[in-house]
Amino acid sequence: MAETGLCLDNLQIHHRDGRLLAAVNTQVAPGTVVSLMGPSGVGKSTILSAITGALAPEFTCSGVITLNGRKLNELAPQKRRVGILFQDHLLFPHLSVGQNIGFGLPPGVDDRATKIDAALYEIGLEGFTNRDPDTLSGGQRARVALMRMLLAEPEAILLDEPFSRLDATLRDRMRKLVFDRARAANLPVLMVTHDKADADAAGGEVIELTLSD
Amino acid sequence: MLRNKTNNGGGWGLIPLITIAVLLGPIAAGLLGTLLPAFGGMRLTGESGFSLTPWAMFLSEPGIEMSIWLSVKTGVISTAIALLGCILLIAGWHGTRVFKALERVLSPLLAMPHAAAALGLAFMIAPSGWASRLLSPWATGWERPPDLLIVQDPQGIALIAGLIAKELPFLLLMSLAALPQIGVRGRMQVAQSLGYGKTRAWLLLVLPALYGQIRLPVYAVLAYAMSNVDVAMVLGPTTPPTLSVFILQWMTDPDLALRAPAAAAALTQLALVAATILIWFSGERAFAWLRNRSVNKGARAAGTRDSVSRLFGLSLASFAAITIIGGLISQAIWSFAGRWRFPEALPSSFGLRSWSRHGWEALDVTLVTLGLAIAATLIALVLVLGCLEAEVRRGQNLGRGGMIILYLPLILPQIAFLPGLQILLLQFGAAQGFTPVLISHVIFVLPYVFLALAGPFRAWDARIGTIAATMGSSADGVLWRLRLPMLLAPILTAVAIGMAVSIGQFLPTLMTSGGRVATLTTEALALSSGGDRRAIGVWTLVLTANAWWPFAAALIIPRLVFRNRKGLLHG
Repeated sequence: MAETGLCLDNLQIHHRDGRLLAAVNTQVAPGTVVSLMGPSGVGKSTILSAITGALAPEFTCSGVITLNGRKLNELAPQKRRVGILFQDHLLFPHLSVGQNIGFGLPPGVDDRATKIDAALYEIGLEGFTNRDPDTLSGGQRARVALMRMLLAEPEAILLDEPFSRLDATLRDRMRKLVFDRARAANLPVLMVTHDKADADAAGGEVIELTLSD
Repeated sequence: MLRNKTNNGGGWGLIPLITIAVLLGPIAAGLLGTLLPAFGGMRLTGESGFSLTPWAMFLSEPGIEMSIWLSVKTGVISTAIALLGCILLIAGWHGTRVFKALERVLSPLLAMPHAAAALGLAFMIAPSGWASRLLSPWATGWERPPDLLIVQDPQGIALIAGLIAKELPFLLLMSLAALPQIGVRGRMQVAQSLGYGKTRAWLLLVLPALYGQIRLPVYAVLAYAMSNVDVAMVLGPTTPPTLSVFILQWMTDPDLALRAPAAAAALTQLALVAATILIWFSGERAFAWLRNRSVNKGARAAGTRDSVSRLFGLSLASFAAITIIGGLISQAIWSFAGRWRFPEALPSSFGLRSWSRHGWEALDVTLVTLGLAIAATLIALVLVLGCLEAEVRRGQNLGRGGMIILYLPLILPQIAFLPGLQILLLQFGAAQGFTPVLISHVIFVLPYVFLALAGPFRAWDARIGTIAATMGSSADGVLWRLRLPMLLAPILTAVAIGMAVSIGQFLPTLMTSGGRVATLTTEALALSSGGDRRAIGVWTLVLTANAWWPFAAALIIPRLVFRNRKGLLHG
């Protein structure tokens, strides 16, 4: 088994009572995208939460999750270095746009203000530092969420239907932006989606999950 | 099988245990301190041994059966009418503009301490009260106050009215908090499409779910109505008074030998409340049975007129609003009144004399009251936030048992265990100073702070925490940097509720300080028997103002802090 990338080795999610919810066995190489597809309730998002370490208490998981050779299963969520984007971009509403970006910057990075401004410039939001996130358009929010995640220097990216709330033209641009950035940073990407077009744009392996009962 | 790392609770499991101890410790001690003296323990003479003398003393007191009957009668009738009014108001008016307006008027009344509301009602309905002045002499023909016993009438009608006016808004707001979880619109549409009349559909489909959500608050109202002293002292009968006032008189009597029969009476009060709640519970069952029978028959009652029930609900709510607000206004007028002869509707002169006479003392007492309220609320807030965060860290919510413990201080009659607490504190020479009072306030503040905060805290989008964690934020970081700041508005509301509860406490303050700590509520009630309306006006106005300003602050502060954060203002 490859040492790099994100490996889900026989990952199984069970209900507390022992029923199997979902199972997946795959490996996402750096710079590639694997898409998880399937009907609602099949446990796609739950698989992502097992990887981030935010699995709800009514579930348990078995199998081994490794990222670049590190075993994640026992690690606290904040030690896993796995970034995630949700369909609601979930900017922190009490912080400014700049503070949201800054939340991603690791502690100890100096000259934070310059880095935040540069990051906003990169996504075409120059001068938005002090803006209220609530005043941003959907596309702008998506870009801030992406940049916030990237600045935290994740080693893998999880996407939980991040494009489904955007309208069609924005969706194409946002997909391209996310996949380009992930490829440029040589990160493995695991994407949960309902949209065949997402998977086509990603161009990688597609895993169809089916209801286990 | 591997368990995810989030279930590691760390030291967080301790906080719920501390909270339970804070709630149950004093209650258990108080019950013990009531139980022992009632059966001959802890006698002042130093003797000990089982004895039924306290019971004999208690039961031989003239008029005691009447007292017991009054407590049951006023408690049950006021609770039943308040509940009926609340149900009919929601059934008939929910979703209308009238309802919105009433909700806006009634919400602030909730924060008003019982003592202030009771005194306000007395100001309105007394023979020389504002209502009589407004109607005289043109409607009544009275040139002087009629010789009628309206306030403190022997039947307890004024007391019932006062309790309804105060408890209807409480039940209404508890119901409104519960309604969104029920999905009223969907249920109603289904039922009406099947041909059921509106009221009938509501009674069959919404009410059972709603009642299930407000059952514990209803029990709390019933217990309070049966055993309160603050409203009963002002509006209740005097010869004999309700059982709780009887107990209070004995407990505050210079003759310490009366503590033992008071303890026996307190146990009786507890048994009365327990038995009444049990009977009430059987009543719920009987209703459910009748409802099931009617569901099984499938009667639609599509043509039923609901105008009568709508009118009843509306009048009752209007009564509550008018009496309490009218009482407040007349207290304000009295505090500035110079000469005010009956039957003039307004004083012939206004002045600041009452304020200069009582204002400074009221200010001193305000500082003590606020100190107590802030301290008790902060302690409660820390414990509640700790319990709620412990739920997150340990991945399990407070169960049914926890909810019952939380409601225990609200359902258990104060008069049943506070006297025992006083007896114990006296025994150990600890019935002085601030600390016992503070602890007793925390017992009653904490459940309300929890009930106010639990919903918003649990509803917080956990994915925000996940995002922060994936960016390297620890669980503590998520709590301090994201969850708590985002919950600023509900936290401030919970603080305001906690402070209002503390400010309104009468019996805990009186009992645990041995009468040596004066708050705005104890002072206002101490004045109530004197009948100096100008003094009462000043004190109750200061009391109500202090119960209200924290709510104003809770509305304004988030608007200032988040003025550039719209997502938190209308989110």
